[in-house]
Amino acid sequence: MSAATKAPAAPGRADLKVVILVPAALLALAVLPFVLPTYQVSVATQILIFAVLAMSIDVLAGYAGRTSLCHGAIFGVSTYVVLYGSTVAGLPVLASMVVGVLAATVLAAVFGVLAVRTSGVYFLLLTLALGLIVWGVCLRWTAVTGGENGLRGQLQVGAFAQPRALYLAVLAGAAVMSFGMWRFVHSPFGLTLRGIKDSESRMRSLGYNVPLHLVIAFTVSGFFAGMAGAMYAVFNNFVSPSTVQLSQSVAGLLMAIVGGIGTLFGSVVGAFLIIALEQAVSLYTERWLMVLGAMFVLIMIFAPEGVVGKARALLARSAQRRGRQ
Amino acid sequence: MSLFQLLNGLTFAALLFVVASGFTLIFGLLRIVNLAHGALYLFGGYVGYTVGTHTGSFALAAVAAMASVALIGLILDQGLLRFVRGFELRQVLLTLGVAFMLNDLALVIWGGDTFTVPVPSFLQGAIVQFGVFYPKFRLFVLLVGVLVFVGLWLLLNRTRLGALIRAGVDDAEMVEASGINIRRVFLLTFMLGSALSGLGGLLGGAFLTLYPSADSEILVFSLAVVIIGGRGSLEGAAIGSLFIGLFNTFGQVWFPELAYFVIFGPMALLLAFRPLGLFGRAA
Repeated sequence: MSAATKAPAAPGRADLKVVILVPAALLALAVLPFVLPTYQVSVATQILIFAVLAMSIDVLAGYAGRTSLCHGAIFGVSTYVVLYGSTVAGLPVLASMVVGVLAATVLAAVFGVLAVRTSGVYFLLLTLALGLIVWGVCLRWTAVTGGENGLRGQLQVGAFAQPRALYLAVLAGAAVMSFGMWRFVHSPFGLTLRGIKDSESRMRSLGYNVPLHLVIAFTVSGFFAGMAGAMYAVFNNFVSPSTVQLSQSVAGLLMAIVGGIGTLFGSVVGAFLIIALEQAVSLYTERWLMVLGAMFVLIMIFAPEGVVGKARALLARSAQRRGRQ
Repeated sequence: MSLFQLLNGLTFAALLFVVASGFTLIFGLLRIVNLAHGALYLFGGYVGYTVGTHTGSFALAAVAAMASVALIGLILDQGLLRFVRGFELRQVLLTLGVAFMLNDLALVIWGGDTFTVPVPSFLQGAIVQFGVFYPKFRLFVLLVGVLVFVGLWLLLNRTRLGALIRAGVDDAEMVEASGINIRRVFLLTFMLGSALSGLGGLLGGAFLTLYPSADSEILVFSLAVVIIGGRGSLEGAAIGSLFIGLFNTFGQVWFPELAYFVIFGPMALLLAFRPLGLFGRAA
């Protein structure tokens, strides 16, 4: 009996599943703010923003085989530029968001050019160093970044002053970006990236320009991280060096890992789990970094394939056991 | 370029070398990028501060700093890293988690204040030479840096343990096949590398002070040193430290707010031509 149900779904059926599931999920998310209290709505907004960041990390880690530790910094640079643009330079909010995303994309392109020559641990090291340099500059360049005090603004203008409206706008943005990233990794270009992940030398001998592909992938992924950062600027109205610090990149990566690297939408689940945990932990203790570190250690030892993947494997195993009885 | 600034750059380079040599040793032999290295530095510094202020002995503080951090290294290697052996990326991310935990633990124990490790009386004050008024302790750090370099060079090139370490870098399996317990060599190297970061924490704590984010700062410098010098190379670490130490010092003088950015220049240039660093070899 199990053979019949385990048969791969026909393409038509899979499409049907998507056609029903995606709008249903979107509808559920859109109704959410009208049943939740205001505070929880803002937490949900935060989850959506970080889900985009985690997905942007997953685009590189899951599909190009490059684990980045500087995406928090790229995200934060966008946040900094948006706040600087709207409070100091006096640009309209939307215009400063565009500039912020542009700045993040350019930064990602530069970092990409430097980093794609390496892979594996070296890539991790290098992106870590690049991210820390961004943090150092934001901390010390007081004249522009405000140093430790950061920059404060009031970006929630017009209808977006309403938490529910802001949530819906972020939801729309996150949905469009998720679709964009999904298209990107399933495009022929994305398939090439997966080929590079599996074997760089094979792709090179097939005639693909591997470094160029990786630079483009890094830039695109940085663009999405920058989008998340720009939304975060409007959401948070404040930026300080803690937005670009290492723990931001680490939290984003942890979300992607918890959701399962290479699953893209798993990152949404990961973002939900990590931020929900952060909220729960902060009720009892200030030691969030300790919990974050411990989570990382435990997941690396027990569930490197992600909590979602681990749960699925455990379920499958128990189902198998039941089937055998 | 005054003599004063040159000395500042050299003494900072010496501190960097003490910290980064431990980092590159572990990276080269065990293939472990220990991102908890910065946190170990901070821990070593704090322990040295506590012991130093209570006993008044700098030597005792140095021993305590190195021993306590070597012990943390032992626990890290035997208690946690053993579960992820052979998975490079998982090892790195695990040490990153440990770095967060250690940093937070340090915050719980010592709080967020800035501390300065007490300097022994014979190293206090300054000497005047060639018209330059220079703190004795920083010259002492320079001396320690040179001594650590000579010591490590002799250890690696003139002792049996060093021969085993070098052989392990080249081909760990072959060393094991010839009847050597390479795991013990690995563990010793890990503890030695950790102890060096503890020593660095003590020295750095005396002239750069200790505060909760000092670990990230020293980590980024160590990373830059190893990226420039290449994995596992003592000479690379020395040259990388000199590079970064001098660049950073002059960067701070010329562009005080963008000093961090000045490290980025040489690093980017080098990566364009030698992605594995000056002395790096492909694994």
